[in-house]
Amino acid sequence: MTDAARARARAAAGERLDFADAQALYEDNDLLFLAECARRAKERKSGKQVFYTVNRHINLTNICSANCPLCAFQVRAGDARGYVLEREDIAKILMEAKAIKHLSEVHIVSALHPDKPFPYYVEVVRQVKEALPHVDVKAFTPVEIVNFAHMTGKSIRDVLLHLQEAGLDSLPGGGAEILSDRVRQIICPKKATAAEWIETMKTAHSLGLRTNASMMYGHVETIEERLQHLFTIRDIQDETGGFQAFMLFPFHPAHTELGETHHLQRTGSWEDMKMMALSRLILDNIDHVKAFWIMLTLPIAQLALGFGADDLDGTIGEEKIIHAAGARTSTGITRTKLEAIIRETGYEPVERDTFYQPVEASEKEETSCD
Amino acid sequence: MLATREYQDIEDKVMRGERLTREDGIRLFHCHDLAWLGAMADHVRREKCGDIVYYNVNCHVNLTNICTSHCKFCAFGRDAEDKGAYAMTKAQAIAVVEDARKDPNLAGLHVVSGLHPTWSFEDYLGLVKALHERFPDLYIKGFTGVEITHFAQISGRSVREVLIALRDRGGLQAIAGGGAEILSDRVREALCPHKATADEWLAVARTAHELGIKSNASMLYGHIETLEERVDHLLRLRELQDETGGFQTFICFPFLPKHTELGKHVKQTSVWDDLRTMAISRLMLDNFKNIKAYWVMLTVPVAQVALGFGANDIDGTVHKETILHDAGAKSPTALREDTIIRIIKEAGRIPAACDCNFNIIRTIE
Repeated sequence: MTDAARARARAAAGERLDFADAQALYEDNDLLFLAECARRAKERKSGKQVFYTVNRHINLTNICSANCPLCAFQVRAGDARGYVLEREDIAKILMEAKAIKHLSEVHIVSALHPDKPFPYYVEVVRQVKEALPHVDVKAFTPVEIVNFAHMTGKSIRDVLLHLQEAGLDSLPGGGAEILSDRVRQIICPKKATAAEWIETMKTAHSLGLRTNASMMYGHVETIEERLQHLFTIRDIQDETGGFQAFMLFPFHPAHTELGETHHLQRTGSWEDMKMMALSRLILDNIDHVKAFWIMLTLPIAQLALGFGADDLDGTIGEEKIIHAAGARTSTGITRTKLEAIIRETGYEPVERDTFYQPVEASEKEETSCD
Repeated sequence: MLATREYQDIEDKVMRGERLTREDGIRLFHCHDLAWLGAMADHVRREKCGDIVYYNVNCHVNLTNICTSHCKFCAFGRDAEDKGAYAMTKAQAIAVVEDARKDPNLAGLHVVSGLHPTWSFEDYLGLVKALHERFPDLYIKGFTGVEITHFAQISGRSVREVLIALRDRGGLQAIAGGGAEILSDRVREALCPHKATADEWLAVARTAHELGIKSNASMLYGHIETLEERVDHLLRLRELQDETGGFQTFICFPFLPKHTELGKHVKQTSVWDDLRTMAISRLMLDNFKNIKAYWVMLTVPVAQVALGFGANDIDGTVHKETILHDAGAKSPTALREDTIIRIIKEAGRIPAACDCNFNIIRTIE
């Protein structure tokens, strides 16, 4: 049997794939075969359910000392576009968030600010938790956690314990990029190494903090590095079982230094759907694969539900709420629209909290943020 | 493949190369398993046309947007006195092509236009003839069944005579696929009562095929038609193709509602609907060799994925699309040839530039 035939047989049977299988399936490039296998893998995990959540993003600052060439968000200290949210700014956001009565999650990720001390971040968690005691706080990627450890001299474990004590419920999956030091040296040389990212996740899982995982692809990585990344994530999950969901971030080269210096073009939707399906197939021990519609666009996120994804993330609201001083109303997608998009695929929409627990129907009927 | 038991019989038929029935088609439109639909369409595509994906280096020339038809799904047509109304002179039409000629690979023209209230058939013929004489090496594909029906009506000639004149005097080499909309008199009565009926549209295609002029076919879906009407539309095309074999490619047009009268009540189709319609078209139209993923309507990302759902034709560089951009199309108005090549190659297929009759000009290995 050829490598491709063996890999196809395993994928069709829902068996665990090894690295050679993954390579063979990638090379084989039979997108619709991968889709069909991924759909089955998805249905084994979550049946006909497709999840979404009502959440709110807060980005505390865009002033960053890491200055990763891959990033279009960060600015250097002193840049006129720079901002930092102080206690009263956050209070304002939380007041607004309170109006979203069954908001289930606040998602906080930020740049690595050169001066803000660790207690500032601990206080943010405490402030959010005090204002919204029933809302899950998902905050700080491993990159931020490692930065906290470096600036305080504390261990990763102590940093996490401190934040957990203040009310942190889970960690987002960002900052993984490609877990290869060769790649990180080019795309993000000044932030957490692959080993540090992995250590943070394993430590978080050991403390009972659930997290997500992610991959940013389509820049300078090789296909082997991309696939190896997925196997690294799978190995961690075999050990800890702490990842809830996996997310793919196709790299958007526009306005980034990396895009310019390496003349990068955005990967095509073919590649995006192929990675979606392959991820679902390789990561057989992670329950959920997220199609992050903000990045993929809504049509492509809907399509991803046919390629193994089972989660559309959130009704995000205005992500850059900060910039409009006279706070604007939500420009995020509405629940009605998300549900319609899901229903059209033959799947059943389920509103979830951070931990993939369904939000009770009775609760839903009381309020609406549409 | 991995059909759910419910659809095993259809999968068996497809694998045996057996023709699908109307009932099969309707059942497929109720199937939620998009990946399976795609995989079957992809299988048929591979068997029937291999890995080549056709594209054109072409230029769209829309001679006028002044139109008496007032179709409710159209955002392009205007009355003569409306803002933005235009009607090209020969010099203007030539200038458009001159501009597109800056691309040395430009191979041909796609000419479709409004039904102008005062232009005679000779006016249209004169324009296309001028283009042909000025650019004899460019192929000309043009005029839909709707325009040709209109020319026959305003000139008092038969469709056959009109087609012969366009071919012999105007240099026309193939007929465009538009204007089919949904070949149902119920739908046409509601949306486009002032233009060619279903039978008239089919008669133009039949006559052209008899004269040895190939044509394309299309379907405009996602408005007021039922799923049954979509299937019936495909069957009418399949029937005529059985008879003549003169259709070259089939194009799915999702209705773009923006700035149209109909758009006040109808929402745009989803990608899910677009891709299943593509796949089902490939499965039902078993006597069509080519299925086009028209990127202008689908957007480039969806058109690329559509190459996995039965399509083997991605249209062309277009130069400057206007008809659908008036209806809010979010795609660019032109694509560079290298972009088209990259899109096709990423899908693991072989790009081939072709003329309007699918003769390969060059293959990019």
